[in-house]
Amino acid sequence: MDTQHLAAGRTADVRIAGLSKVYAGGVAAMADVDLTIASGEFVAVVGASGCGKSTLLRILAGFERPSAGVVEVGGTPVTGPGPDRGVVFQDYGLFPWLSVRENVAYGPARKKLPKAEVAAVTDRFIAAVGLTRFAGKYPAQLSGGMQQRVAIARVLANDPSLLLMDEPFGALDALTRADLQTELKRIHVDTRTTVVFVTHSIEEAVYLADRVVVMTGGASHGVPGSVRRIVPVDLADRDVTSPAFNAVKREIAELVHTVPAAA
Amino acid sequence: MTTTDVATVPVAAAAPTVPDAPRRRGRGRLRTVLLGLPVPVLFLVLWHLGRAQEWELPLGLRMGFLPYPADVAAGLVNYVAGTRDDAFSSLLWEDLPASALRVVSGFALATLIAVPLGVLMGRFRTANSLFDPMINLFRPIPATAWVPLVALLIGYGDQASIFLITLSAFFPIVLGTISGARQVPERLLEAARMLGTSGVGTLLRVVLPAAAPAIVNGMRVGLGLAWVILVLSETTGVPTGLGSTIFLARDVVQTDQIVVGMICIAVAGFLSDRLLTLFFRVLFRDRPLIK
Repeated sequence: MDTQHLAAGRTADVRIAGLSKVYAGGVAAMADVDLTIASGEFVAVVGASGCGKSTLLRILAGFERPSAGVVEVGGTPVTGPGPDRGVVFQDYGLFPWLSVRENVAYGPARKKLPKAEVAAVTDRFIAAVGLTRFAGKYPAQLSGGMQQRVAIARVLANDPSLLLMDEPFGALDALTRADLQTELKRIHVDTRTTVVFVTHSIEEAVYLADRVVVMTGGASHGVPGSVRRIVPVDLADRDVTSPAFNAVKREIAELVHTVPAAA
Repeated sequence: MTTTDVATVPVAAAAPTVPDAPRRRGRGRLRTVLLGLPVPVLFLVLWHLGRAQEWELPLGLRMGFLPYPADVAAGLVNYVAGTRDDAFSSLLWEDLPASALRVVSGFALATLIAVPLGVLMGRFRTANSLFDPMINLFRPIPATAWVPLVALLIGYGDQASIFLITLSAFFPIVLGTISGARQVPERLLEAARMLGTSGVGTLLRVVLPAAAPAIVNGMRVGLGLAWVILVLSETTGVPTGLGSTIFLARDVVQTDQIVVGMICIAVAGFLSDRLLTLFFRVLFRDRPLIK
């Protein structure tokens, strides 16, 4: 892969306290979530469908308003979507009428940077995800994995202090998924941007994250979603076949799939 | 089975179809063209016979009052190239620019109002609630019904004509834009917002391009209607124009010239649709738009 190294970018800490989300009609998606994330940390959020993990991410992105509680990124309360928090969606969300280059240039151009600078930033991030040869193509002409690379380059070009990823590799085949996981890890090492990564895959979470947030409950279980436990991943190397790796996986799987004992 | 067998079989099977495919496609096109001919030819033959034998058709249609197809052809040549030296000689070159200017002005005015309004109505419930009743109230009123009122309000002339064209072209464009703006994928709006686009910017950079195919469709229907309404709009006493000339021809009972005017409007309408389509093709180049 003809990828390039990236310089360190912006980074911010996250503080979530007493966060609740009640949808219109009284459905409680989430209650009393507390979570603090340090600058530069990579945090994965796992849990069964409907546990509120995507809602948590969408609140951080500013797409949804919390019903109660505090949500701060870099000490500033979140009031709406903004370029300081880049979002990578499972279905990419690329603009189909813009080429790869134009999609990646979209954010920098909104910042009213000089044209030459926009072009330089765009080229750098397209190169960083190894798509230089495809810069003139349109999203529909690319595979799913390549489209997701474009989506990642597009948010990174905005130099976000927080990267929010909502099951970004969920629609990709296993090989592409593994490639992108490796690449994301490298990008995180380079940029040190704080990452919140929502996934269904426990293995993916353990492979990528410094800490794994396990959420349980959810509207379909009759109780609001909440954080059950935060599991630190203290593995020197992330060999997915090693016994230590699998021990962490097993611990998280048990937390995801069992019902907490009544208090 | 040897490897050479495996290799040769598909090649041998594919060989005859490859050079044959374009030829078959060419034959298909020829067939389409040929099949398009008999009905218009039959129409012309029946028209000629009906005129010659003064047929009376149902609904009191007396073909004896028609011009011969050949007279219409001669009239068309005169209208274009001035071969007869009468009131209609070479008049096309005065009528066409006058009519086209009215159509283009009315259509442009309709687009300028309908697209922004449609975008707002498609995206904001308040805007939709405000304007939807008015649009549905006015939309069923045919342009013909407006003519007497417009004659009193604006008087006779170009402005009345342009007003009627604007009115007719407005509704298909606004409805196309509303439906296009409503169907913008929510994900693209979220993507634009998180990349730092302002609210108004989102309308310009996401809603407009995503709704473009529906807007273009509405504009094509609107432009077609503009030409339909042209004849009516030129009953408002404008001196030159394809429609005015049709009425002039009626007043001097020159039926061939009436038909010539009808043909010219049809051709002008067709060509303007092609031009509009070409304009958008150049504007969008080969950008993939949302279907």
